[in-house]
Amino acid sequence: MEYIAVFAPLFAFLIAGLFGKQIGDRGAELITCSFVIAAAISSVFLFYNVILSDLENHSVMIVPVADWIVSGGFKASWTLRIDELSVVMMCVINIVSACVHVYSTGYMSHDKSRARFMAYLSLFTFAMLMLVTSDNLLQLFFGWEGVGVASYLLIGFWHHKDSANSAAIKAFVVNRIGDLGLILGIMTIFVIFGTISYDGIFSQAADKMHDSFNFFGYEIHAITLACILLFIGAMGKSAQLGLHTWLPDAMEGPTPVSALIHAATMVTAGVFLVARFSPLFEFAPEALIFVCVVGAATAFIAATIGMTQFDIKRVIAYSTMSQLGYMFFALGVSAYGAAMFHLVTHAFFKALLFLGAGSVIHAMSNEQDMRNMGGLWKKIPVTYGLMWIGGLALAGIPPLAGFYSKDIVLEAAYADYSWFGDFAFWAGIAAAFMTAFYTWRLMIMTFHGKCRAVKEVQNHIHESPRVMIYPLVILAIGAIVSGYALSSYFVGSTSYEVVEVDENGNEYIDIRNKENFWGDAIYVKEENDTIEKAHHVDMWVKILPLIMGITGIAFAYLFYMYLIRVPEIFARRFRPIYSLFYNKWFFDNIYEYIFVRNVFSFGKVFWKTGDERIINGFGPDGLAYMTNIFAKIYSKLQTGYIFHYAFVMMIGLVILVSWFFFGFSAD
Amino acid sequence: MIDLALDGYMSALPEIFLALSGLVFLIAGVFRGNSGTTFLCYSAAFAFVFSLILLAGVNTGEAFSDLFIMDDFARYIKVIILLGAIASVVYAASFLKDEQIFRFEYPVLMIFAVVGMMVMVSANDLLTVYLGLELSSLSLYVLAAIHRESIKSSEAGLKYFVLGAISSGFILFGCSLIYGFAGATNFDDISVLLSGDNSLNIGVIFGMVFILSGLAFKISAVPFHMWTPDVYEGAPTSVTAFFAIVPKIAAIALIIRILFEVFPSMSEQWQQVVVFISVASMAIGAFGAIAQKNIKRLMAYSSIGNMGYALIGVAAATQNGVYSVLVYVTIYMVMTVGVFGIIMCMRKRGYAAESISDLSGLSKNSPVMAYGMAILMFSLSGIPPMAGFFGKFMIFEAAVNAEMYILAVIGVLLSVVAAYYYLRVIKIMFFDEAEDRFDCDIAFSRRAMIAISVILIVAFIFYPNIVFDGAMSASLALFPK
Repeated sequence: MEYIAVFAPLFAFLIAGLFGKQIGDRGAELITCSFVIAAAISSVFLFYNVILSDLENHSVMIVPVADWIVSGGFKASWTLRIDELSVVMMCVINIVSACVHVYSTGYMSHDKSRARFMAYLSLFTFAMLMLVTSDNLLQLFFGWEGVGVASYLLIGFWHHKDSANSAAIKAFVVNRIGDLGLILGIMTIFVIFGTISYDGIFSQAADKMHDSFNFFGYEIHAITLACILLFIGAMGKSAQLGLHTWLPDAMEGPTPVSALIHAATMVTAGVFLVARFSPLFEFAPEALIFVCVVGAATAFIAATIGMTQFDIKRVIAYSTMSQLGYMFFALGVSAYGAAMFHLVTHAFFKALLFLGAGSVIHAMSNEQDMRNMGGLWKKIPVTYGLMWIGGLALAGIPPLAGFYSKDIVLEAAYADYSWFGDFAFWAGIAAAFMTAFYTWRLMIMTFHGKCRAVKEVQNHIHESPRVMIYPLVILAIGAIVSGYALSSYFVGSTSYEVVEVDENGNEYIDIRNKENFWGDAIYVKEENDTIEKAHHVDMWVKILPLIMGITGIAFAYLFYMYLIRVPEIFARRFRPIYSLFYNKWFFDNIYEYIFVRNVFSFGKVFWKTGDERIINGFGPDGLAYMTNIFAKIYSKLQTGYIFHYAFVMMIGLVILVSWFFFGFSAD
Repeated sequence: MIDLALDGYMSALPEIFLALSGLVFLIAGVFRGNSGTTFLCYSAAFAFVFSLILLAGVNTGEAFSDLFIMDDFARYIKVIILLGAIASVVYAASFLKDEQIFRFEYPVLMIFAVVGMMVMVSANDLLTVYLGLELSSLSLYVLAAIHRESIKSSEAGLKYFVLGAISSGFILFGCSLIYGFAGATNFDDISVLLSGDNSLNIGVIFGMVFILSGLAFKISAVPFHMWTPDVYEGAPTSVTAFFAIVPKIAAIALIIRILFEVFPSMSEQWQQVVVFISVASMAIGAFGAIAQKNIKRLMAYSSIGNMGYALIGVAAATQNGVYSVLVYVTIYMVMTVGVFGIIMCMRKRGYAAESISDLSGLSKNSPVMAYGMAILMFSLSGIPPMAGFFGKFMIFEAAVNAEMYILAVIGVLLSVVAAYYYLRVIKIMFFDEAEDRFDCDIAFSRRAMIAISVILIVAFIFYPNIVFDGAMSASLALFPK
């Protein structure tokens, strides 16, 4: 079972990737889709086996697959660790991936290299599964880099587009910075704990909590350092403020890619990493503050940018970034369960929104600018309806999934009763308003009003084929029910036990609470248990996010439906603020100015003078040149005259003889 | 006085048989004329096969008053010589038909050349050395010039003859010096005399250097190599193939025997000479080949370089070194058979094409041949898992074991340079625009030879012990006790 869930995508990738030409596009689609669906089904079974079958006694599986590196005291093996955390991630990854696989067969139907695309998708799925099921940091790093490569390949899938290539490179390079942090974090952990296996690290965490490094005379708390380095890795993958610039550009990839990688799975790897290392982070309060502040700032800033963008996918991308910010500040206040909860619900509704947007783009003949859309709701009603569900879920309107998860995240932040908790809470509330606002701005600009597209495009608008709609329906179901169905498991309070009656009339105590659900996978110190406290906050805290969501929607309606001139007036009045938002807080420009240009000019110096002139000039090129000259000179000696030849022989003999004559008499 | 008694002539049975069959074929040729050339070629091949069988049954021992010695070393070398001769004469049969050179002397001369080489290998006396050497050389001179209508062939024969005569002069002069100072011509006697006499005699050293120089000419080692490219290019291709495949093995075997049996006490002295010749040959072989456009000239430089590598093993002056040389020349012989087979297949509209650029686009026109050639080229440049890699590897290993690190490093570096021109052939075959095809009516015998060569090269990695065991017992024969 666990082998199918993890390795089926690998085989799908191998078959579709290596034999794509032989089995054809259709064959590749069939194989990858069926393999990934099989993986999805088996991961749901695993979810049931591991957690639900016996809530109080989980059957966590550690499946050793093979030894990898055994060198002295250092040991790293390929192992599948199927515990509560990873099985949740596996379900999310495989289900969303299956939907995206199926959807892609429709969305990419006009593409020439579909087999390659499907193979990459499967490769990504496998790498992501390796990441979440790893039992040590090295295997995690393998998966981490694997998803990076797959993401690079998929962003740059349309390699004939320059913008896609540079976006792919940007994603890779920016992620590299984060990866450096992750590598350093892994090494730091190895230095502290002498092992990289999870069990080994976590069991020693409490013992090592007072260790410190001496760094140029500064005493640095060892675990805090390790945690911050790990978090820097997470920041890169999860597009947190500072290392986020690649995510919006990554929208150059095909839309299914954006849905799978840049909304539902890969970008949440950072959240997973921090949650996985909760036993370590709990001993590093400063690191948690850092996580919380970065997350809150990201949530806020990304939302402000999202309000001003016009590209439909970029709006959703900034929304993703903002929601990731939510997850991180939840982690920062030790509400790991809440963060995972938001991760799961978000995966459903954000994938839904992305695929819906993809359906719109498909209908509009690859138009992505919302200014050229409008009035589509009559022409593509199913997509419209599904987008509504996604939008409501994102805005946090009950009873959809987003409501439950966003509420618990915000309440937990408030319940931390600390300065950073408050900061996160208020930033989150503001972001909640903006989220609802930009979501409905998107809905209205896309689906309502008059259609602003060119005539030919208008005539071409059509509802997407069924193969694209069905995955959307599945995701929509997830977006509707996952919040309600999972909330008591993921974040249920342990303090009250509900007495329920089963079908036979027997009373039993409901044991669906977060402690029983997460088992040992997540560790929270007693005094840090903000989720527990979140259940006891004031009423206004619980209602405020909802009010903000509704107001946001109302404002959006007002501005974009009825007072169409108002946004423009706003933009003009608050010119500086608007341009700050519109230009994404100038992150890209600042990076361009400080880093990119200097790096390029440095690179040029090293390339032109360093490599070409010095290394190549004296090395390979120079030697090759000398070799040629030598060969030419030599062939001139080969005159063809017999007396020359005889002369050379004589000279040779004379040299040899005189060598001995002098060498011998010198003795 | 040497008593020419026929004692122990049984040890020389294969040579005797071959010499007699050569005479019989000569008479048959005279009666049947040139029309029987092809038949004579195959008959010669059978004679070689039969003498191979005889060779298996011959006992070791000395014959003709110790002028002639038969040991495991000689047996191993003779097996290789005969195998190479079989391949060459089979090639010749079809090649002579292609080129319309019908001369019944051709196979007869080959037989005498082979007899001469076998005598060289079994020589236990300076006089036997000279006898065998001249018998084979004279036959080879004539063979090089056998295509009388071709100016190039005549020129090649003449050059080879004149320069070869000079080298024979070197050897004779060396022999006389040694006889003058040591007072003996028999190998055993000389080595006893030298080991007894502790103060090294400069006259003997001079004699040794002269003999070594003369033999270096036969294996076309630098600086006695100048004839090689011209003769390889000018001689008919089947003769070139014979030159490349067989005589060098005999000559290098003779070098080994003289150095290790006659002058083991002077190894410090001759090591210097051999190192010098070896490095110079590798360098000239590598650099000289780069500028070549004719594939036969390319192979000439390749053989110069390869003899340089073989001499590394000799320079090591150990039993391990001899062992590695034997393995190396065996593998080299097999590779050369394949390469020349393919060169003989390079014919366009009935004429031989010899330019390297003629190979362009071969991978499209006849992929099988292109892949075969690619395998051979990879093997020649020493890329695993082909056999050529193991040959080079063992040579370098022997040098390292003998603590000749610099020599080994130079050898490795120069083999990188040499890899360039081998790989260039592959590049031309696979990546250059296709030119006109080669004629495709290739004789079955030639196809079979090429196929055997390629298969042996590729399969060597699976059954290396056949060669290793033979070479081991052969090398042990030179190191008694």
